[in-house]
Amino acid sequence: MVVIDAAHGGEDTGAHLSSGQLEKAANLALSVRLRSLLTARGFQVVTTRENDSFIELNRRAELANHANAAACISLHATESGSGVHLFASSLAPANPTRFMPWKTAQAAWETRSLALAGAVNSALTHSGLNVTLGRIPLPGIESMTCPALAVELGPQRDADKKITAEPDSPDYQAQVASALAAAVLEWRSDPNRTGARQP
Amino acid sequence: MIPRYQKVLFVILLIAALGMGFKLWQLRDRAHKRLLAGQTIAPTAAPVVSPAEQATLVVANDLENSLVPQVHSLPLPADPGARARAVLGKLLDLYAAPESTHQIAGGAASVDQVFLLPVQGAKDSGDQLAVVNLTGTFAASHPAGLETESLTVLSICATLRATLPTVKEVRFLVDGVERPTLAGHADLTRTYLTNEAAPVEGTRP
Repeated sequence: MVVIDAAHGGEDTGAHLSSGQLEKAANLALSVRLRSLLTARGFQVVTTRENDSFIELNRRAELANHANAAACISLHATESGSGVHLFASSLAPANPTRFMPWKTAQAAWETRSLALAGAVNSALTHSGLNVTLGRIPLPGIESMTCPALAVELGPQRDADKKITAEPDSPDYQAQVASALAAAVLEWRSDPNRTGARQP
Repeated sequence: MIPRYQKVLFVILLIAALGMGFKLWQLRDRAHKRLLAGQTIAPTAAPVVSPAEQATLVVANDLENSLVPQVHSLPLPADPGARARAVLGKLLDLYAAPESTHQIAGGAASVDQVFLLPVQGAKDSGDQLAVVNLTGTFAASHPAGLETESLTVLSICATLRATLPTVKEVRFLVDGVERPTLAGHADLTRTYLTNEAAPVEGTRP
């Protein structure tokens, strides 16, 4: 099971991209592409939204946690920076307990979230994309009890830093979705990966 | 022959008119005194210019998703709160420059105030909490995105730590009130720890 979370939606428009499109629409388009690719590879996929609707962060985490997912991927887009930005939560890894604080539940999955980020980083780099990796506070994801990361598409740039593809470009999104699907497939087959429920 | 009730009415109206005239004169006099008092408290001497000092600013770079320490020379007041505001003002001036690696409009005026308070439960240690009050205009004009917003928040935290090592925690306000996010992504409801934001040169947050 994989959870895909297209960030923002409804009144929460997210960023205004240089192309004129809103981030919420670009995220949903990438979510639809990724869902198709993962379903074709035999994954069960749960999406937090299928249309332009507002879903609260806590509701998104609830959906992910009920799915008992092997991977949870939150999708974002921005007009700043370059290439694909991968973020895992900056929570300090913690041992799982029977009852975990809602706002920091991700701490017990932190180690495996970093491993998932590594697999995704490797797949994106392998497909020729420029990737940056970081750890930051991630509200919403920090309540998820699954290996989770945020993927933010920035503009693709050439060596002179000129933009060659916007985050809502269909070809760029297809390339990223394909690399993400390959990464999740590799992640599923990794013998070191343990079940989602037992971190 | 003028009726009696008209005479009484005339006298009442005359008294009222005189009373209102007197009150108006009193109000005018009071306003004039207030104006003069305002003029006397206005500064008559130019403010003392603080001497220039070296300060380390931790500058964000969007293209590399990194924070890079840079040393700048700028006038720094002795008061810690004013000092914190001065370094953050310089940092945001760098971001407003056309050649900036982390473009944000607004500049130094975007930092309204910086308050320094003792960290709760650690008053004897000397550790401080910095409350940074940003302007609504700055938040409204900030580019939206996980990376760019996080870099802004972390560069502010790291710059405060580099200038005032006693600052261990940072909280953000926008126009004096708490706000959920900076521009839709970076969480402004939490307390940021400055030791988690401080970079080794060129590292990613």
